[in-house]
Amino acid sequence: MAYSGPSVFGAFDMVVWQLLALAVAAMALPVAVPWLGFVITVAIGKGLAALGVAMLLRGGLISIGHALYVAVGAYATAFLMLSVGMNELFLLLVCTTAITMASGLVIGAFMARYRAIFFAMLNLAISMVFFTLLSKLYNLTGGSDGMRVATPTVLGVTLDRTKFDLVLQFSAVALMVVVALLIDRYLKSPLGEALTAIHANEVRLEYLGVSARGVILAVYTISAALAGLGGAITAVAIGHVVPELSYWTASGQLVLIAVLGGISGVPGAFIGAFFFELVRTFAADFVPDAWNAIVGVALLIVIFFLPQGLYGLLQRVKMRKARL
Amino acid sequence: MNPILSVRDLHISFGGVKAADGVDLDIYPHEFIAIIGPNGSGKTTFLNLCTGYIRPTRGSVIFEGRSITNQAPRTITRRGIARAFQIPQLFTGHSLIENVMLSVAAQHGIWQAFRPLAHEAYRKKACEVLDLMSLGDIAHGPTANMPEGLRKLTDIAIALALKPRLLLLDEPTSGVSTAEKFALMDTIVGVLRAEKVTALFVEHDMDVVERYADRVLVWDAGQVIAGGPPQEILCSSHVLERVIGIS
Ligand SMILES: Nc1ncnc2c1ncn2[C@@H]1O[C@H](COP(=O)(O)OP(=O)(O)OP(=O)(O)O)[C@@H](O)[C@H]1O
Ligand SMILES: [Mg+2]
Repeated sequence: MAYSGPSVFGAFDMVVWQLLALAVAAMALPVAVPWLGFVITVAIGKGLAALGVAMLLRGGLISIGHALYVAVGAYATAFLMLSVGMNELFLLLVCTTAITMASGLVIGAFMARYRAIFFAMLNLAISMVFFTLLSKLYNLTGGSDGMRVATPTVLGVTLDRTKFDLVLQFSAVALMVVVALLIDRYLKSPLGEALTAIHANEVRLEYLGVSARGVILAVYTISAALAGLGGAITAVAIGHVVPELSYWTASGQLVLIAVLGGISGVPGAFIGAFFFELVRTFAADFVPDAWNAIVGVALLIVIFFLPQGLYGLLQRVKMRKARL
Repeated sequence: MNPILSVRDLHISFGGVKAADGVDLDIYPHEFIAIIGPNGSGKTTFLNLCTGYIRPTRGSVIFEGRSITNQAPRTITRRGIARAFQIPQLFTGHSLIENVMLSVAAQHGIWQAFRPLAHEAYRKKACEVLDLMSLGDIAHGPTANMPEGLRKLTDIAIALALKPRLLLLDEPTSGVSTAEKFALMDTIVGVLRAEKVTALFVEHDMDVVERYADRVLVWDAGQVIAGGPPQEILCSSHVLERVIGIS
């Protein structure tokens, strides 16, 4: 008997198109409104971190401390430039991601034993300890003043700030597409599907001979690397790193973005991040101090009417069309 | 012939309840064994002990000549023992075929991050198992709200897809309608014989036991109180009194 299930490649294609559409939007917006380039770059940094949080959510794990890895990435970039003298943008991104990944592996080995509220709280605790260290170790980290991050070179070329920002924005968009496609593959692989399986029934997974802890350690490490990469992009975009990057409200934002965007597909985290950053930017101009309320209301709408997030809305429209 | 599974002097108690009180038994390759006994006599506990879900306070479990006492379920599964549950344990976020594909993929090592789960090789093996279990027609359906009978079948399909050498089934026919019980058991026994799998099944339906079991073991208060061919065991007044409640 032959089965014609949903074609993997069909689904893969759809995600490709969605990401490309997102990429085009991310490049086109700043053409119309140049200062939005910075907003887009920062949003992609957040989107990468939120994607890490969304992956954990698929496994039923809520981390309310993932800003830790954003901060680890941001400070790693600052230190690599200041202490190691590494100045090349792409080398910085690669090394920072590797460093954050290693930290995720070490901390993850401990975290993978915990579930539910314990997992959430332990992540929060570690991020707050890190925040305190960043704030108090003045001689090393500059304390609450943070550290300056100079403008890196790009492939050996020193660019002025405007050109650099443009290159960074384009690189961030390209990274978003490439990373999202890789993560999409991972999520559809046995290792990625095992994550959803853990959420549904961890005992059964163990009875398939699979180590649930191993599966969680893998996703935790990857999610840390993503957040670190996001942190590195944020650091070079802003040119300054501060302990607040690791503060619990920043972690809360990542969960919010992940839920807002939707965790059923990789574009969700970026859609959530764009929405969040754009609302924040425009609300700050037109209705200062109200952006929190706007984001809050948006979140309520999503929770009550769009349990699959903004990305789910997109898919629903697609499905309606397909049925015609 | 050497036993495939040897259990010696297994003990565990919960509070004051002795759920295993010196269980000793040997199971030989290709046997199809029924475990019967009153509710709460420790049948499920025995399966939990064999698969490492709970650890005995005393005693040992030997599978194919090597000790698996105190090993974790995943280690024991990798050694070749699969299990289906009294209450089906499914991945309710996945479709039926995905449940089975996860099981197939798990055998080949879950550390596959770039090959899709729906890869042709996994899909084909999963389809084979689903066809054997006559689940092919609903392969792509969701598992979240399936009727109990189908949940039971899916749970068994997941276990079979692991290609175990010993299969432990906890009340495979509970939740299945009387009319379908024999058909289900015919299917299961057919698969087990074809794949040369040794199996042990907990069962409350004496008609099923009589028809399918090579040997029956009778549980009572954490002990094996009798064992032998079904014709013999099911006629013993002692057993009938304890298990079925007729004297
Ligand atoms: N994890 C546990 N914690 C506490 N008590 C337990 C546990 N597992 C089993 N028991 C107790 O041990 C005894 C045997 O339970 P078990 O589930 O093995 O019975 P059973 O023979 O499978 O019964 P049934 O036919 O109802 O499925 C029962 O009294 C039960 O309450
Ligand atoms: Mg039981």
